[in-house]
Amino acid sequence: MLTAAASATQIRHYQRLWLYGLCALIFTFLIVPCVLIVPMSFSASNYLEFPPRAWSLRWYREFFDSAEWMDALWLSLRVAGLTTLIATPIGTAAAYGLSQMPERLTKPLRMSFLLPMIVPNILVAIGVFFVFAKLGLNNTVTGLVLVGVMLALPFVLVTVSSGLQSFDGNLERAARSLGATRLKAFLTVTVPQIKSSIAAGALFAFVAAFDEVVIALYISSGENSTLPRRMFANIRDQVDPLVAAVSSVLVVASIVLLLIVQIAKRPEKGAAR
Amino acid sequence: MTSVIAAVPPASSDASYFARAERREAWSFALLAVPGLVVIGLLLIVPVGWLFVLSFIGKDGGVSLENYARLAQPVYVITFVTTFQIAGIVTLGSILLGYPVAYLLSQLSPRAAAICMIFVILPFWTSVLVRTYAWLVLLQRRGLINSWLVSLGIINEPIPLVNNFIGTTIGMLHVLLPFMILPLYSSMKTIDTDYLKAASSCGASPMRAFWDVFFPLSRPGLFAGTVLVFILSLGFYLTPALLGGGRVSMWSMQIATNVSTYSNWGAASALGVLLLVVTIAILAALNKVFRVDKLYGGR
Amino acid sequence: MKVPVSIRGLSKKFGLFEALKDINLDIAPGEFVTLLGPSGSGKTTLLQVLAGFVTPTSGSILVAGEELLTRPPHQREIGLVFQNYALFPHMNVFENVAYPLKLRRLSRSEIETRVRGALDMVRLSQFIDRPVDKLSGGQKQRVALARAIVFEPRILLMDESLSALDKKLREQMQIELRHLHERLHTTTVFVTHDQREALTMSDRIAVINNGALIQFDTPRAIYDRPRTRFVADFVGETTFLPVELGSGGASVFGTPLRLPDHAGASTANPRESWLALRPEKLAIGPAAGPEAEVNSFSAVARETIFQGDSLLVIAGFPDGQNIAVRVVPQEANRGLVPTPGQPIHINVHRNDSILVSGDV
Repeated sequence: MLTAAASATQIRHYQRLWLYGLCALIFTFLIVPCVLIVPMSFSASNYLEFPPRAWSLRWYREFFDSAEWMDALWLSLRVAGLTTLIATPIGTAAAYGLSQMPERLTKPLRMSFLLPMIVPNILVAIGVFFVFAKLGLNNTVTGLVLVGVMLALPFVLVTVSSGLQSFDGNLERAARSLGATRLKAFLTVTVPQIKSSIAAGALFAFVAAFDEVVIALYISSGENSTLPRRMFANIRDQVDPLVAAVSSVLVVASIVLLLIVQIAKRPEKGAAR
Repeated sequence: MTSVIAAVPPASSDASYFARAERREAWSFALLAVPGLVVIGLLLIVPVGWLFVLSFIGKDGGVSLENYARLAQPVYVITFVTTFQIAGIVTLGSILLGYPVAYLLSQLSPRAAAICMIFVILPFWTSVLVRTYAWLVLLQRRGLINSWLVSLGIINEPIPLVNNFIGTTIGMLHVLLPFMILPLYSSMKTIDTDYLKAASSCGASPMRAFWDVFFPLSRPGLFAGTVLVFILSLGFYLTPALLGGGRVSMWSMQIATNVSTYSNWGAASALGVLLLVVTIAILAALNKVFRVDKLYGGR
Repeated sequence: MKVPVSIRGLSKKFGLFEALKDINLDIAPGEFVTLLGPSGSGKTTLLQVLAGFVTPTSGSILVAGEELLTRPPHQREIGLVFQNYALFPHMNVFENVAYPLKLRRLSRSEIETRVRGALDMVRLSQFIDRPVDKLSGGQKQRVALARAIVFEPRILLMDESLSALDKKLREQMQIELRHLHERLHTTTVFVTHDQREALTMSDRIAVINNGALIQFDTPRAIYDRPRTRFVADFVGETTFLPVELGSGGASVFGTPLRLPDHAGASTANPRESWLALRPEKLAIGPAAGPEAEVNSFSAVARETIFQGDSLLVIAGFPDGQNIAVRVVPQEANRGLVPTPGQPIHINVHRNDSILVSGDV
């Protein structure tokens, strides 16, 4: 399991059993809450219990049959989809622009793009609520998408920037010397080389917008509640296995996303030099 | 060999032409960042700026510092203390749990590391809300943890693990641990194993080689992870709101309460502005010590 | 295509650092010119200015009488071969070479013909469908070259293009490039820090140091008549002896020098002057008589170094300075190899006695 170089200089396997044991415990700690939800969601009971005494699909039926929950799911998907479509090109353009500028100019710009990660969500939430109230954007898809784009930008910028960092700028120069305009060189040479970073950024953007709940608590309500918003209310008010069913759907979705990312990453590895 | 070209001064020999061309190009790149900056400006700078203004407006509508003066009240002081306590414990905990994991990952073969990485990435990808909910279920009175502890004979009857300080801390630790592991791992990944070989050829025991060579080289990642986890804990809302059961009052919850329960925008704004100032001050101070921004795609 | 290139008063400042200082260079149509200099000398900056990736601070570059600097890189019609080849990893050999032709919207059959032609020229036709990461260094080099010439550029630029190859392959590629140039006669600017490569390949060499053009001449002239101490030192092995310039002419160690008839240029008005001596132009032998056409210096042999194809005799002058003399290790020269400590005379023909200025 260890690389040859590491095992030659490090402690032998049995001498580091404690490390393996410790890490196994930590991995358990990390993974259990993510997967334990799934069996609980098949409970027939009105209460959360583990292991469930009787199994059923009633909570899934309740989720998929409820117009309110389906509306919330559909709203969240729409918001996340629109956010991805807007944030990915904007973030990629910014990452490319910054990569071509001298460092002394880009440092403050990069920091401003990271602000949505740094500024506490609750502060943004009440600020945005206040501003949206004046603009009539509370409880609108537009408002949710705008917030989603803002939150997603740092993720797109960071992933695409790191892709551009390992990209050999000479390839683009070569394309331009061969007769390609800047735009053409970017589209035919740069984009194919960083496409998995862009895809990862897009995925991050989708997830960031889909999972957002703190700001949604303020700017979405009633019929215009996003899925996380509705889940939050449900968890706080009535702890029943319905949220477990919703969560299981989301967990399975994240596993699928994770697999997509792992598969998408592979081709770039081959091309990496 | 002499040139056949007449020495006609072309337009471009004018130095200002080149300076203009260079400036034009720099600006066209800056232009690419403008749409993103506009979004952040309108949805972050303007709202937070508005709150900043609001925080200096008193009950009577005039400019005053009363919103800030009020922050010295015991109820707020308790909140600040609790927040820093939890943030400190969560940060320390994530170092203690994150360092061994990152170390193991960095020592594994790429294949094994990719498999183990799933344990870090899957929670990272899973919605915070879902994970917090899971802890709520696991830690409740009749939950899995309590029943195990009882059946193992460690405790006689279920103990309260949720709706309190413990539950909040465990939940936050779980959410923030990947933020420690990922930067640590990426900085450990760059440590050349030749350094360790060199150390052991100089006569250092594996333990000694670790502390003298590996640990100092992993410090950039450790700094980045620590800063990230601490700052995120300071402003954390969701997990304490759900796992604290109203008994744990953290900074951001206090902001929310002031808005939703008392409709006191002035107090909420002052709290928010202070939180932001503290966050940025910590970032700036640590950024001086170590360039954190470099780890996030900066060059 | 044969075009003349004329670089006029070209300067580039990065902040306070002067990367290029008033470069003036005239390249004849179809000429193969090498920019030679140590790393950081500005030769790559000059190439980047030609290619359009660095904007100069001032100056002008005329190609066939037309200003180049106002054109964007993609309209310059310059073939550029990068040091790391810069082949597009997501394209195979054919697609890489076809790329510039597709941009020029050539017909499918025309592209096919020209790509095959270019690959034939670099002897790579059998690799046409290979992914580029499955090629060796030398093959990548040739694909990069084929891609740079396939669209018949007006100028071909090569940036340290051979430096990533091992010695044998590099020497082979040097000859191939030379032959290719003889066939195409594209005006070529080649950048290298390897003096031997420059001497082998070029029609003319431009020696660049600290951003300034020091000497622009044929390889022979650069080697045999370096103008400054820097050029003599950078191109070939050289021993420098201090020259005293008096009313009676130049002398070294008090002995008047016999100089070539055309020596005037470099002794015109130098701040200091040096006698540059190449090891292979020196001979060990009897002291020369006053009527001979040689300069003769007495020294003491210190050691002999065997280098396979030659012997290097290191001798010391009375002032402590060492000098190297190359002796061909053939039977006839056996008697010329001194033992350490033996006093010897080192002779050099006056036409091989080069005076250089101390300026860089």
